[in-house]
Amino acid sequence: MAIPIKYNLRNLRVRWATTLLTASSILLTVLVFVALMALATGLQKSLSTTGQPLNLIIMREGSQSEGTSSVARDSLQVIKYLEGIAKDEKGEPWVSPELLVLINLPRRGQTQGSNVTIRGLGPNSASLRPQFKLLAGRYFRSGLREVIVSRRIAERFQDCALGDRLKFAKGYWTVVGVFDAGGTAYDSEIWADVNDLATDFDRDAYSTVMVRATDAGAVERLKNLIANDRRLHLKPVTEKEYYEGQTRFAAPIKALGLFIAVLMAVGACFAAMNTMYAAVARRTPEIGTLRVLGFSRGSILLSFLIESTLIAVVGGLPGCIVSLLFNGISTGTTNFATFSEVAFNFRVTPGLMLNGLIFAVLMGVLGGFFPAWRAAHENIVSALRSA
Amino acid sequence: MAEPVVQISELSKVFRRDSFEVRALDRIDLTVEPGDFLCLMGPSGSGKTTLLNIIAGIDRPTDGALQVLGEDVAEMSEDRLAAWRNVHIGFVFQTFNLIPVLTAYENVELPLLLTKLSGEERKQHVLAVLKLVGLEDRIHHYPRQLSGGQEQRVAIARAMVTDPTLLVADEPTGDLDAHSAEEVLEILSRLNTEFKKTIIMVTHDPRAAKHATVTRHLEKGQLLPPES
Repeated sequence: MAIPIKYNLRNLRVRWATTLLTASSILLTVLVFVALMALATGLQKSLSTTGQPLNLIIMREGSQSEGTSSVARDSLQVIKYLEGIAKDEKGEPWVSPELLVLINLPRRGQTQGSNVTIRGLGPNSASLRPQFKLLAGRYFRSGLREVIVSRRIAERFQDCALGDRLKFAKGYWTVVGVFDAGGTAYDSEIWADVNDLATDFDRDAYSTVMVRATDAGAVERLKNLIANDRRLHLKPVTEKEYYEGQTRFAAPIKALGLFIAVLMAVGACFAAMNTMYAAVARRTPEIGTLRVLGFSRGSILLSFLIESTLIAVVGGLPGCIVSLLFNGISTGTTNFATFSEVAFNFRVTPGLMLNGLIFAVLMGVLGGFFPAWRAAHENIVSALRSA
Repeated sequence: MAEPVVQISELSKVFRRDSFEVRALDRIDLTVEPGDFLCLMGPSGSGKTTLLNIIAGIDRPTDGALQVLGEDVAEMSEDRLAAWRNVHIGFVFQTFNLIPVLTAYENVELPLLLTKLSGEERKQHVLAVLKLVGLEDRIHHYPRQLSGGQEQRVAIARAMVTDPTLLVADEPTGDLDAHSAEEVLEILSRLNTEFKKTIIMVTHDPRAAKHATVTRHLEKGQLLPPES
């Protein structure tokens, strides 16, 4: 049997001040790690949850994003009547021509601005996005230069509140509604009538066309049909594929998060190592006694490793719990596919918290290993003499 | 006739410090018979503790033959030696060496954690030895809550709890007042006479030596001939 764990627990309690100091360095590291991973997860989640499996985004061949795509108005008439396109409640083809433009808007309380996507939509567009929910005001009407703004954009940018007037293109646009898009990428957009927007920006083509297929089989058939139609030169992708493709932009945030966390972890490991070396030095006669009583080197090593792991858990567990304070906090960054602001929430998931705890345990084990090794290899006679 | 508990012949221990050699033990011959209460005496630096440590398997000789309880202790691996000590040797130290964060009960129970005894069996053993040393009412006390004499009695209980054949005590009364020292020596004598334990005790104290059945003197690493 190993040395009882109460031996370690009570030793930690006896030197509570150093235990807490070391644990707090691990707490901070775990907090930063979980927070940064929550940031990346939030961004990834916001992009990957966007999209209905039956929706297809039709873009120009070779385009990587909606913003760089262009679909001629004539093409819309061809697409509309393709076999496999679903009908809306009025019996019309469920098709939405869309136009994307970027405008620079100042953030609230700042003079610096960010690019925000304005999406021009056809009459069917909102129904293609079932996550869409109008929170306040009403839907925009065409011909009146009206926009509706996502709640996150309304919170983060100037002149975007309900009733405000936004100046872009050739004049002022009135904010007549605030919407929520269920945490998807559309939560970072302003929506207006596609024709109003095209007129104001002098655009004679759409950016994309979104269509709803009748069923999963029709999705594949439509993809082949459109891709192989030599008149169109268009590329259809499912809405889900399109946004999942953009999740790669969360990777640099993850990498940065890991880099910072690893830097901090090195410091925390040294703190744990220092604490454990001090513990080994102070308890050298005890180590000698335990060895005399018959405890093997392995059990001494394990005991001190357990102790440093316990310190790590004492820091890591509250670190994970405190990180919950970040959960749901709204933030934004630039989506380098569209060069526009993407707003999203920190998402602290149970999996992330578990990773945070594993990270803490790893710091404890690494920090405690060399002191534990030293303890296990103390010469018994010298250890007893140091009493 | 029973096999000797300890049989040593031509045993030497040399410590090397830088280019100097210190001969701590020089060609020692010693036999300890079962039931002996051997007292090793001698001035500081004479090699008493070194000899005790070698017999107990916590140090190794440089040269010579050593048999303890029929085993060639010097040839055992570290892990085997640890297990052997747990079963056959009980230790009592001058400075008690109790674990400060464990209670008297938990300190005594420690060596039993390495056995296959159940929790209930361990409890019976621990309570029995604590009663033997007269501390059944102090089982939940931490070492800091005990007097020096009581601490040493807990240490004796810990040494006895596995029912070892050989008890080794290194200056067991060195840190105690005269009254506590006498109590500890009485217990050791009882263990020798009533429980037939073989005891090897290192001491400076001539009063302690009076409790022993055999006394041997060491000087400058050499064991002096027995007094007639």
